[in-house]
Amino acid sequence: MGLLDQRFENGNVFITTADNLLNWARLSSMWPMQFGLACCAIEMMATGASHYDLDRFGIFFRGTPRQADVMIVAGTVTLKMASRIKTLYDQMAEPRYVLSMGSCSNCGGPYWEHGYHVLKGVDRIVPVDVYVPGCPPRPEALMEGLMKLQEKIRNESLVQRPSPLATAKTA
Amino acid sequence: MTPREIADLLAAAFGQSVLESKTEGVPNPWAAVAPDRVRDAAFFLRDDGRLQFDSLMCLTGMDHGGGTLGVVYHLDSTTLGHKFVLKVKVPAADPRVPSVEAVWKVANWLEREAYDMVGVVFDGHPDLRRILLPDDWEGFPLRKDYRVPEFYNGMKVPY
Amino acid sequence: METATATLDPAARPIVVPGFARPLKAHEMVINMGPQHPSTHGVLRLELIVDGEIIVDIVPHIGYLHRCFEKHAEHMTNYQQVVPYCDRMDYVAAMSNDLGYAVAVEKMLKITVPERVEYIRVIMAELQRIANHMIAIGTYGLDIGAFTPFLYLFRDRELILDIFEETCGARLLYNYIWIGGLSHDVPASFQTKVKNFVRVFRPTITEINNLLSYNAIFVKRTADVGVLPAETAVNYGASGPVLRGSGVKWDLRKNDPYSVYDRFQFEIPVGEGKRGTVGDCWDRYMVRVHEMEQSLNIIEQAIDAIPPGDVQSAIPKRIRPEAGDVYVRTETPKGDMGFYVVSDGTASPYRVKVRPPCFVNLSFIAALCRGAMIADVIAVLGSIDIVLGEVDR
Repeated sequence: MGLLDQRFENGNVFITTADNLLNWARLSSMWPMQFGLACCAIEMMATGASHYDLDRFGIFFRGTPRQADVMIVAGTVTLKMASRIKTLYDQMAEPRYVLSMGSCSNCGGPYWEHGYHVLKGVDRIVPVDVYVPGCPPRPEALMEGLMKLQEKIRNESLVQRPSPLATAKTA
Repeated sequence: MTPREIADLLAAAFGQSVLESKTEGVPNPWAAVAPDRVRDAAFFLRDDGRLQFDSLMCLTGMDHGGGTLGVVYHLDSTTLGHKFVLKVKVPAADPRVPSVEAVWKVANWLEREAYDMVGVVFDGHPDLRRILLPDDWEGFPLRKDYRVPEFYNGMKVPY
Repeated sequence: METATATLDPAARPIVVPGFARPLKAHEMVINMGPQHPSTHGVLRLELIVDGEIIVDIVPHIGYLHRCFEKHAEHMTNYQQVVPYCDRMDYVAAMSNDLGYAVAVEKMLKITVPERVEYIRVIMAELQRIANHMIAIGTYGLDIGAFTPFLYLFRDRELILDIFEETCGARLLYNYIWIGGLSHDVPASFQTKVKNFVRVFRPTITEINNLLSYNAIFVKRTADVGVLPAETAVNYGASGPVLRGSGVKWDLRKNDPYSVYDRFQFEIPVGEGKRGTVGDCWDRYMVRVHEMEQSLNIIEQAIDAIPPGDVQSAIPKRIRPEAGDVYVRTETPKGDMGFYVVSDGTASPYRVKVRPPCFVNLSFIAALCRGAMIADVIAVLGSIDIVLGEVDR
């Protein structure tokens, strides 16, 4: 993800330092788009509020997708809302990540069986990086999900990783 | 007034249009009215000095099965303290009921929802459109014979 | 040479907005608010038809959170399984939805629950009312621009959520009030924790009043804005703090009592127009602040009077009501919520219809905002206090 992601052929000490610096900068200031759909939004607000503060992670909510890094899909995705979620995802600038919070956005949640208007999982319309289970997930669970996302960002690299297909051919 | 008295007043005013009523042994006494006189009955219930039903608590669209749809009106009088229920049945082939939006403004959205979910068409409603489902949705979900579509705008609907 | 005036004539190409009675005039424009918007309390779309900054009309679009509650209720294998779906309707005040549904089905089954259950239900419902108003007031301050009351109220809301979590294991969606009883009995520390909360929270209400309620900027933004006259309020179907803010003294806990509310002494706060007109946003907001105080009074009276007993003794093994229907309404923090349950004699409901207070309170937002400015729409929306889970079900 990102402008310089996996652009270089070989790694060297300058690239690894740049890697670490860029990744550290990105994960220490992930700005989510303020986007609560349903019940999980209340737990997201509680996580951002005084008791389970998210500001200490560098995370604070932005109102517009143009300035956001991560979209926390908190709540049930309905078919009427799905096209708007896709539009919002497209409006975010790269590097962008999606964290699916709660059962409803993971897989349809309690509405999986008879919900004729519920999309069974937001990963049917946008690519998801981290899934946080729960109905709703506790604030600690959401924080763990965000920290997992931080781990994922920490492991990104400017160096091209060799494609599995290429190694298979030469072998 | 007791429910029996309310039902008798209604029957006295509307005669043959009051099809049935049940006021004993039920938690919510009701009367069934013919569909074409619903708006007149609503005005009567609201404006008559002995009744004063100034509040429409709830309007429900129902599918009774066997090709019949229905609407149930729960009425309350905040001034006199009595409650009553009005029931209407229409055939599913031509489910048209006069709108009571002119009587109680709250019916505006409640009738739109009954139309959206069950498919009852309210004549005289100023703006009868779908309210909860998207405008291009096909079918009326709370009917008993509703089948969930396989795809909607490219998204798979069932799990 | 062709003249360009013919194509500039608005009558030649009328712009029609569905839901607005006439085509737009040349100087009017449509601004879209939502469904993703920081201040719409969820996924609500408001189409504002404006003349500069002045609102000509609002066309609300809902349904972005329609989760098919009524369809699920018809397909569940028994009545008890519907309770978790009830929680998720008004997710900010989940206990109240459960209570409404349980009371309706209990009336249909003609069962009476033990006194202990009634008292605990009242305490839980009143704690939930306080928790709901905390969110309503906190987010209302946030919408107007004040961040601090939101943080202070969320800090105190955690105390309530601790009590709920210790009792039934969940912070937000409890599945606690079952048909015929409760899912768990209260723990041993319940009395101490609730009394401690009441003691800690009374000063916070004073703090909120000092910070927000009488703040000159807040009053200027909310007084005389979005006035709902009392004569039309009942016809529009308003209920809850929206109706009481207009000066109408109507509360189902006193006017149509259910459970054991008739045993407690409490006042019904109404709007009096102290800072503006009767029925404006400030009145509706102050009704909520005073309701929190009254709920504390009810909790204080109830917490010492809980009789002993078994909370699960009246829970029926098989719920199979006889064919018929029942409509019961309860006073949730948002207003008058009614459950219309129709049974056909089988173990699963035939039809469950919910009369949501937020749905009805939202339906007349256009009438409150015509002639106001765009920023006033935010103030009015916050004062109506909607939760989209309940509007859309």
